[in-house]
Amino acid sequence: MSLELTDVTLTYPDGGARLTALDQVSLAVPAGCLTAVIGPSGSGKSSLLAVAATLIGPDRGRVVIDGTDTTGLGRAELTTLRRTTIGTVFQQPNLLPSLTAAEQLQVMAHLDGRSPRKARPRALELLAAVGLEGQADRRPHQLSGGQRQRINIARALMNEPAVLLVDEPTSALDHERGAAVLDLLLRLTHQRATATVLVTHDHTHLDVADEIAEVRDGRLRPRLGARP
Amino acid sequence: MAKPVFVAWRDLRFAKGRFALMGTVIVLITVLVGLLSGLTAGLGRENTSAITALPADHLVFSAPADGRGVAFTDSRLPERTVRDWAGVPGVRRAEPLGIATTKAEAGSRTAAVSAFGVRPGSRLTPAPGGVGDGAVVLSEKAATALGVRAGGALTLGGRTVRVAAVSGAAMYSHTPVVWTSLGDWQRLTGGSGPAGTSDSGGRGGSGATGSGSASGASVGATVLALSTTGTADLTAADEKFGTKTVTTDDALRAIGSFTAENGSLQLMRGFLFAISALVIGAFFTVWTIQRSGDVAVLKALGASTRALLRDALGQAVLLLVIGTGLGTAVVAGVGVGIGGAVPFVLDPSTVLIPALIMIALGAVGAALSIRRITSVDPLTALGSAR
Repeated sequence: MSLELTDVTLTYPDGGARLTALDQVSLAVPAGCLTAVIGPSGSGKSSLLAVAATLIGPDRGRVVIDGTDTTGLGRAELTTLRRTTIGTVFQQPNLLPSLTAAEQLQVMAHLDGRSPRKARPRALELLAAVGLEGQADRRPHQLSGGQRQRINIARALMNEPAVLLVDEPTSALDHERGAAVLDLLLRLTHQRATATVLVTHDHTHLDVADEIAEVRDGRLRPRLGARP
Repeated sequence: MAKPVFVAWRDLRFAKGRFALMGTVIVLITVLVGLLSGLTAGLGRENTSAITALPADHLVFSAPADGRGVAFTDSRLPERTVRDWAGVPGVRRAEPLGIATTKAEAGSRTAAVSAFGVRPGSRLTPAPGGVGDGAVVLSEKAATALGVRAGGALTLGGRTVRVAAVSGAAMYSHTPVVWTSLGDWQRLTGGSGPAGTSDSGGRGGSGATGSGSASGASVGATVLALSTTGTADLTAADEKFGTKTVTTDDALRAIGSFTAENGSLQLMRGFLFAISALVIGAFFTVWTIQRSGDVAVLKALGASTRALLRDALGQAVLLLVIGTGLGTAVVAGVGVGIGGAVPFVLDPSTVLIPALIMIALGAVGAALSIRRITSVDPLTALGSAR
């Protein structure tokens, strides 16, 4: 499995008590599989994503990313893991305003200590893969919401991650663009063999997912179904 | 190897207005610091150049009263002390130097000058052969102020003397130096040998301050300029002769006007450095807060805190280098433009060193501000993690 969460429990301080965000959650996502995690607001979806992204360490349980057990890893090792093995698609595109579309992707190479200039061909290839040919030199304010979200996705793929974590990618998009973005994610998941976790509260496009799981009150309920 | 300021450089180009504003502030502060540094050095030179140019490593003063420092205005060395110092082992040369501020006249022109009395042939003057009884050597500024040349004549403290030569740019306490013989200097000061004002118009400088040496003996000089081998026991000699010996550099503090003036200007310069560091720190504090969202995203994407700090500090240093570079160019231009109209020194110590200090202090200010990058939580990039 490229992503494996086993009996993960996560709590937050809540006044004098602890609020349980994830309660013994287990999830396994193989390479090339898109798993949709659904649930109402506050159910623990984003907490699950944050734990999988190694941004929060769980109180208990184990998180294994592409064969690496993250338990006990230091901050620097987790940072490296995030950079090299995990791709994150944020709910909002979160693009850097000073960078062009291509540079949004090239910066990933820069963060990894590689030459952004040499990474430009790959950035252009990825932009083409998400349907943004000819947009490489545009800045975020010159692009539509759907185009920005596509760059968000392409950026997550820049360092060829084994795991792709996607947080509500359609929340700011209309129905048509949302469907296009999910189709794109599914295609890229299969083409690039990433283990993709898609967190969403939007049930309208769930038919594209390979697997579906529901989080409610911090617990992962049995799968509701899967795409044939 | 990737450029360390990939994002920072693009931020600089993208947020042109904000960085131009900050860059302008850095340019203006650099100009202010540079001009003040040049002026401080220029005024300092007009106060001290006659002393700093002396071919000597130490100056001997009469011992000051308890708790007070040496001062040219208070120092009087008897002739016997002058002779005694010449015999101290390790002292190669002990040249008596008499200092008095007086008035010089040439035709219709008058000027306040500092009369530096030396032995005929003394190496303390820029033209050793020129000084003798009734013959003086003028610094160029004195010659210009009085409108005389070599071979001309002027009245010094009421006595007519011949100008043997015009040489050097020696200034003391903001007055140009006239090199006289010790005899003429003693006549000028009435034999009391003060380093203070002698602005009498009559013969022998009847208005001279002071009334002789502490010992009551005739005054031989204001100070002694020593050239030593480095092995001389100056402390023992001071105790023996009732004198106080300081290095030539330390002797500058014995010029009252220099100490007061230089202290005030250096204080202003120090405040400007501190202000520049604070302004730059404040700018980068606001800038870092504004881009904390971007920092969270980069951290969530796998940027190390160290790389982000390096990027931000590189941005600050780049801005500082560009700003101080432009400011330094302006200072150099102004320095060349004003020429000799005002006392201004244009050299690396007044232009480059202040610029480097500006960059260093600005970088410290920026570094303290961008530290908050370390506390940005990448989780905030996910937005609704809780």
